[in-house]
Amino acid sequence: MAQTAVWGADGANPAGGKRSLWRRFWSRSNERAGYLFILPSLIHLIVFLVVPLVFSLILSFHDWRNPNPANVPYVGLENYEFLMGDRRFWASMSNTLYYTVLAVPLGMAVSLGVALVLNQKLRGVYLFRTLFFMPVVSSWVAVSVIWITLLDPTTGIVNYLLAQIGIAPVNWLGDPRTAMPAIVIITIWKGMGFNMVIWLAGLQAIPQELYEAASIDGANRVQTFRFLTLPLLAPTSMFMAITGVIGSFQVFSPIYVITKGGPLGSTDVAVFHIYQRAFQNFDFGYAAAMAWVLFAVIFTATVFQLWLRRRRGEEIMF
Amino acid sequence: MINVQKATPAGVFLRFMGYAFLVMVALIMVVPFLWMVTTSLKTPGSEFTLPPQILPSEFNFASYNTLFNNLPFGRYFVNTVLITVLTVAGQLLVCSLAAYGFARLNFIGRDLLFLLYLATMMIPFQITLIPLFLIVFQLGWIDTYQGLIIPSISSAFAIFLLRQSFLSIPRDYQDAARIDGANEFTIYWRVFMPLNGPALATLGVFAFMGTWTDLLWPLLIARGENMRTLELGLAYFNARPNAFSQPNWPLLMAGSVVVMLPVLLIYFLAQRYFVQGISLSGVRG
Repeated sequence: MAQTAVWGADGANPAGGKRSLWRRFWSRSNERAGYLFILPSLIHLIVFLVVPLVFSLILSFHDWRNPNPANVPYVGLENYEFLMGDRRFWASMSNTLYYTVLAVPLGMAVSLGVALVLNQKLRGVYLFRTLFFMPVVSSWVAVSVIWITLLDPTTGIVNYLLAQIGIAPVNWLGDPRTAMPAIVIITIWKGMGFNMVIWLAGLQAIPQELYEAASIDGANRVQTFRFLTLPLLAPTSMFMAITGVIGSFQVFSPIYVITKGGPLGSTDVAVFHIYQRAFQNFDFGYAAAMAWVLFAVIFTATVFQLWLRRRRGEEIMF
Repeated sequence: MINVQKATPAGVFLRFMGYAFLVMVALIMVVPFLWMVTTSLKTPGSEFTLPPQILPSEFNFASYNTLFNNLPFGRYFVNTVLITVLTVAGQLLVCSLAAYGFARLNFIGRDLLFLLYLATMMIPFQITLIPLFLIVFQLGWIDTYQGLIIPSISSAFAIFLLRQSFLSIPRDYQDAARIDGANEFTIYWRVFMPLNGPALATLGVFAFMGTWTDLLWPLLIARGENMRTLELGLAYFNARPNAFSQPNWPLLMAGSVVVMLPVLLIYFLAQRYFVQGISLSGVRG
């Protein structure tokens, strides 16, 4: 970003310090073609991002119940007040939290393990990396269809394998206790390749000399990992934890395709709940209020993580 | 520290363990895909056996035939291709224009505007989703191609990445072209676009992937069957009319193969752009 400033400030005459205000103004706007270049994206940004943002806040203060309503009563903070006592909404928030607490740390740990092995410069690493990344680019609906059959209680491969080691069949997606863990397994499977690539980038940024120094000092594998690799991966893990939590709080596709929030509401997560409220009950105003509360929770979680890391003295990469 | 590369007994053992681990993970990653292909080639009604079959033993293409001849998957395919191609092309054009303006031209308010663009990257989609739907509804774009394409034709993230790439082109190129009498659009189109091929390819591949497999937006906008994308069509097809109807798994799996094949093909061909893109968006050191 420092480089940007140098490029941006030079204008026509980088040395010109004593020019009059008017001439500076004129020289800075002598490339007015710039406005034309950014115009299409600016119009798009205003119509499809800035206006919706403001509109969303307005919506949340109204009782807006129809895509094309005749009148929209202003209700002030009523939507937010009702929301505070809405058990079903808070149940969906707690399901989201449960999903996040399982999926983010497990997903990070599994992909770190794989990345560490891939980083050993074994032959054929390229092939493995390609295979591991395949689920990342795949479509959520297709992946869901596949996993519904893999997790089938009677004919699925997963229960077949478990039976081989003497574990009784599990009704993965049909039992409120196992439905969310099953969704977590599927998301970890799909996202593993993505996290792995980020871990690998972090691992490859660690200077090789440090490992040589550790080896000279007589550090063994475990010590090297614990006292060298892990601390140096802190910025990477920081990035992944923060983006991972933000992403998990917004999970939608697997829930929509696989469980539709069931069984017994055990996988009804926040965005799915908002989706149903808005686009099945057409309760747009209330759904907008829920979206803002969800955003506030995500924002708080992010700030909390940043604060936690800073307190532990870790370097913040943003 | 034991060097895995060396031919010491410990090194050989660790290398063996490493491969054993990688092969196991590879099986977990690949078997679901094999299972999808195998099941799609089976005769409906006899698809599940014990023990489960991973590799195909029969090659019955009837399900693929049904998808395209008895079900509108041909239409879904055309829709998906059309929407994806236009979204990717539009995004590359709109975002590269803006990136050139922000990276290479001076105008009043430029840095402030760019800051605004960056700030919008932090707005989560669930906040804008509902009003965006209402705006598209008011525009009369429900069930239209423009309703599916235009809202995603620009992205602040894409502009940010392209601007970074444009900044790495030496200023001399621009000056030289100006001396030769080229106008700004010519410089952008004839100098900057060709020189930034890899960055454009990375973004194109990402936009392709995101649009091809998008579910939520088509779910809201494509109401009629004729506007559905592959991903949405498959999702509707997967939703059973009632809990007792037995789904036609070979047909569903064939549909999954059709949805996935183009994305996987593009991925195998343009793999380095995917990896590059993630490293760009993710960590740097």
